[in-house]
Order: sequence, then structure tokens, then C-alpha cells
Amino acid sequence: MEIFDNLALGFSVAVSFQNIFYCFIGVLLGTLIGVLPGLGPVPTIAMLLPITFGLPPVSALIMLSGIYYGAQYGGSTTAILINLPGESSSVVTAIDGYQMARKGRAGAALATAALGSFFAGSVATFLLAVFAPPLADLALKFGPPEYFALMVLGLVASVALAAGSVVKALAMVVLGILLGLSGQDVYTGTPRFTFDMLELADGIAFVALAMGVFGIGEIVRNLEDEHTRTVMVQKVKGLLLSRDDIRRIIGPILRGTFIGSFLGILPGGGAILSSFSAYSIEKKISRHPEQFGKGAIEGVAGPESANNAGAQTSFIPMLTLGIPSNPVMALMIGALIIQGIVPGPNVVNEQPTLFWGIIASMWIGNFMLVVLNLPLIGIWVRLLTVPYHILFPLIVGFCCIGVYSVNNNAIDVFTMALFGVVGYVLVKLDCEPAPLLLGFIIGPMLEEYLRRAMLISRGDPTVFFTRPISATMLGLAVLALVVVLLPSVRKKREEAFQE
Amino acid sequence: MTRFVKSPKEVASGLLLVFLAAFFAWQAMGLPMGRAVRMGPGYFPMILAGLLGLFGLIVLLSGLTLHPVEDEDETQRIGFSRWPWVPLGLVTLALVVFGLGIRPLGLGPSMGLAVFLSTLASRRFRLTTALLSSFIMVAFSWAVFIKGLGLPLPMLGPWLGGY
Repeated sequence: MEIFDNLALGFSVAVSFQNIFYCFIGVLLGTLIGVLPGLGPVPTIAMLLPITFGLPPVSALIMLSGIYYGAQYGGSTTAILINLPGESSSVVTAIDGYQMARKGRAGAALATAALGSFFAGSVATFLLAVFAPPLADLALKFGPPEYFALMVLGLVASVALAAGSVVKALAMVVLGILLGLSGQDVYTGTPRFTFDMLELADGIAFVALAMGVFGIGEIVRNLEDEHTRTVMVQKVKGLLLSRDDIRRIIGPILRGTFIGSFLGILPGGGAILSSFSAYSIEKKISRHPEQFGKGAIEGVAGPESANNAGAQTSFIPMLTLGIPSNPVMALMIGALIIQGIVPGPNVVNEQPTLFWGIIASMWIGNFMLVVLNLPLIGIWVRLLTVPYHILFPLIVGFCCIGVYSVNNNAIDVFTMALFGVVGYVLVKLDCEPAPLLLGFIIGPMLEEYLRRAMLISRGDPTVFFTRPISATMLGLAVLALVVVLLPSVRKKREEAFQE
Repeated sequence: MTRFVKSPKEVASGLLLVFLAAFFAWQAMGLPMGRAVRMGPGYFPMILAGLLGLFGLIVLLSGLTLHPVEDEDETQRIGFSRWPWVPLGLVTLALVVFGLGIRPLGLGPSMGLAVFLSTLASRRFRLTTALLSSFIMVAFSWAVFIKGLGLPLPMLGPWLGGY
């Protein structure tokens, strides 16, 4: 079996001392920021991007992925213990997890979350290993029109599945693409949107934009209403699950893993949507739906498995097609580009050590997380007492040095300052900035494939509709938009996101 | 007049988007367009600017109504007066000061200044913790970025006797 050879190769890469070390740093940092409310994986990864320049690509990606799935674990800890979800994906876990903690069953809830996450993470990683290579092979057969259509579909789907106004999200995507096109035109070398500034010849720095919108903008939003966090934490005891508990969580974990794995692949899906869907499904099929919201162990097992599975499978489109399904994956693609690797289907075949090394490290990382989380819960909880007004100036400092060190160019720091304000204003106007980042990353590729497609079709735009694969994908994109914009669906969708 | 505004947020977003679209279109105008078969650098940006303007118009119109509304929806107000202007200004200032100071002053002073300025953004500012945070961050960035990662950055810039 080829897959076992590949996995063996992956493990041989991942178990080197250096990579185990970076995997550990990644999951540790991930848990840390997952526990701390107000600091999510996106700004953290953006801040750490510059530090990864000096590392080999495998180590860099291993560490950054560790941060992402580590944050899913960390977020659930605080959700259960103090009803304060550290990550948006653990909002659902807080509903029943906190009720369990109040009944003195915090230990059982934490153990369920950890076991569910571990199981789901392992299965989803296996799915990634099985499905990614054939998908990449398929994508290699794509010509420019198919690629263009695929990217349009990816962008539209991420808009359709995300919360909030569809038209605004589409506008954010387009704005992101426009910003992404800044700098010298690849074909002619003509500078675009640079205002005759030599410093902008390479375009707007991705790190500066991401850190501004998601790091600085977020800080200002947190400073809006500063309130004292009083932390009351019960003693955690009884991490062992009873036989009855185990019987009750097997089903939810399996279903959660399945739902999460599926939704994680879809653009715009990922961890958040997975956990919400898993919760509502568990509630619907349960024989005791009235227990939900009052400490049902199924309400912890399902969503926790789903969000971890979703986090893991969202790597599939990123690694095989070079298309990010959420902002974290957009940052990963940014990391690949910075490392000089062209994201796309070639990564699997041309960089086997990178691809399989990351996959193998995910198992190691998930295992580390179980070991890290259960015994060290006391330490994580104590971290919650670090007040935000101490924390955020340090984050500002990190952002400064981080963004400056990318090119040793002060213009990047000013760009970050500008986009900090932009990010804050956009959020205030209910414009989600996440699609903007996706557009920014995809923009240059989109233009490149459009130009190539038009070149081979001799300027005939019908090429997108006469080639079956591209026509299907564009059709799906239109269908997704029509469905989301239908009045009846629109209402349901708003209700679904209300929860 | 304002009664025809159903949602100030939508109207403001729409106006902002239309303005940005016009700005990008104006910028793209100065670029060679080319033709569909061999697109120039201005071709795709022009299409996108058109799309952005269209979306902006839709958002703008969706915030307006022909039937005058009496009670305004609280969630749709922008609430400029409640924006954290001071923190927003201070954090932005901190970044700008860092950017301006990094060359002439060096990493130490500009980092210290940036961290100190941002501590001012919190209502729970205390001088001792602020100074301590700034000092820790300066020491940390020296240890990690200059000693550890070997970035070619002087602690003290030319204005302060460095190189």
C-alpha cells in the first residue's frame, strides 16, 4: 500500500527532534491562546509568520498547524470551566459543558471533550491522508478555465456558508481581490495601486494586512468594553468516565466526527459551522432532548468531536488545491508562499516530505494535546487571571516587530496601522473581514488563471461554460448564491445563525 | 430625510463601498486595458471595481426605504459617539511611532514607546505596570529578535549614538 509508505515517510520527518519540538511549541501556544479569550488563532499565526521565515518549511507548517488545532482544545477548557468560550468554535460546548461543571462533573466534561477531540482529530487526519493525494491528482488535470471556476466556486461557497449579509461578504471578497492585485503586474511589470511609492512595488504585504485587520482591529474591539473578569473555578476532579458515560458518548463522537470531517472540507465551513451542526443534530435525535442545555454529556461530545474534525479536514483544500477554506488556511497559504512553495496540487507530489510530514505531525500533536490538557488544566485556568490590559500592549509590541522584520520596511508597519483602523470600521459596519482575507490571497491567482484561460480561448469568454468541469463548478456557484438569496432560505439561515 | 434611512449601517457601508469602487476604477483608468484575449494590467481591476460598485449600490439601497419609519432599529445604528476613539487613536499612534522610530531611534526606544503608548489605551492604566510592560517587551525583543533570531536591527539607532 502506497499510503503506508507515505505515512512512514511522514513519520520519519515528523519525529525528528526539531519537528517534535516545533509541534510541541505549536500545540502549547495553540492551547494557550485557545484558553485566553480575546486572542484567537488568526492573529497568533499572523504574529508568528515572520518568525517562521528562518525555519525549514516543514517545521514552520507543523508549528502553525499545531496552533490551529491546539486552539480548538484550549477553547473548550474555558468554555466548560467558566462558561467563557476561548474560541468561537467552542461556543456550543459551553452550553452543556458549563452545566456539567456546575453539577460537579467538570472532570467528566473535560475528559469527554479531550477524548472526542482526539478521536475526531485522528480520524480526520486519516481522511486527509487518504483523500488528499487523489484530489490533487484530479486537480492536476485542470486547465486554467477549470482553475478559475474552482476558485470562484470556493469564494462563493465561503460567502454563502458564512454568517451575515451575502452581498456585503461578496463585496469584501472583491475588495480583497483588488487589494491583492496591488504591486507590479506579473505580465507587464506595470505598477498597480502603488501611488508611485517604490516601497509598494511588491504590493501590500500579506502579513501587514492580516495583522492589521485581525490583530490590531481585534484589540480595539476588545477595548470597547473593558470589564473585570472575575474567575471562579471549581476544583476539577474525577476525570474518569463512568461506563454509562462512555456508552452515551460513543454515538455523538462518531456522528460529530463525520459531520465535522464533511463540513471542514467546504469553504467557509471549518470548525465553527461543524460544532453548531453537530449540536443541533444531537439534540434532534436524542431520546432526551430536554436534557440538552442542562448538562447533557452528548452536547459536549458531539460538537467537540466535530470542531476538531473540521479543523483537521479544512487542510484538504488548502494542501491539495491551494484554496483556503477559512482565514487560518489563508495564513497557511501565505506561509507557504513566503517559504517559496507554490500552493496547489503540486505540493503533494513535489513536496512529499512537507505534505506527509505535516499529516504525521497532526497525530503526534493530537496525542500531545491529550497529554497536555488533562493533567495541566489547573495551569491553564490560572492563565485566565492574566488581565487583558496587561496582555494587549505586549501583543501590539509583537505585531510591530513581527511585521517590520518581514521586509525590514517601515511601510509595512504603517500599512498594518491603516488596516487596523479599516478592520475595526468594517466590523462596526457589520462587514465580516474574513472574506476580504480570502480574496486577498486568491486574487493574484484568480487573475492569472483568467488571463491564461482567455489567452487559450482567443478571448472568447464562453470557454468557461463549454468545458464541462468548469461549467459545472460555475453552475454550482450560481446555484449556491441563488439558494442563499431566496427569501425563504434567507430567513431560515438568519435563524440558524442566531443561536 | 433621515426617515427614509432604514439602516444607517447599510447606508454607510454602501457609500463606503461605492467610494472605494470609484477610487479603484479611477486608479485602474491610468493602466493599459488591453483586450480580452491579452488582458492588460487594468482589465481585471476595472471589472472588479465595477462589481464592487454594483454590490455597494445594492447594500446602499437595501438600507433605504420608501415608507418612512418611525422607530429606528437600535442594532442598525452606527453609534459613532460610542466608538472607542481614544484607544483606536492611541493604538494606531503606537504603530505609527514604531514605524517612524525604528530606523533613527533603533529597536529599543521605538518598542518601548509603542508598548507604552498602547498601555495608555486601557482605562485601567497604571504607570508602574505600563513601565514594567514596556521594559519587559524591550528586553524580550532584544533577547528573541536580536540575539536569538539575529535580525539586523540595532538596539539604538543613529540618532542615539548607535549605528
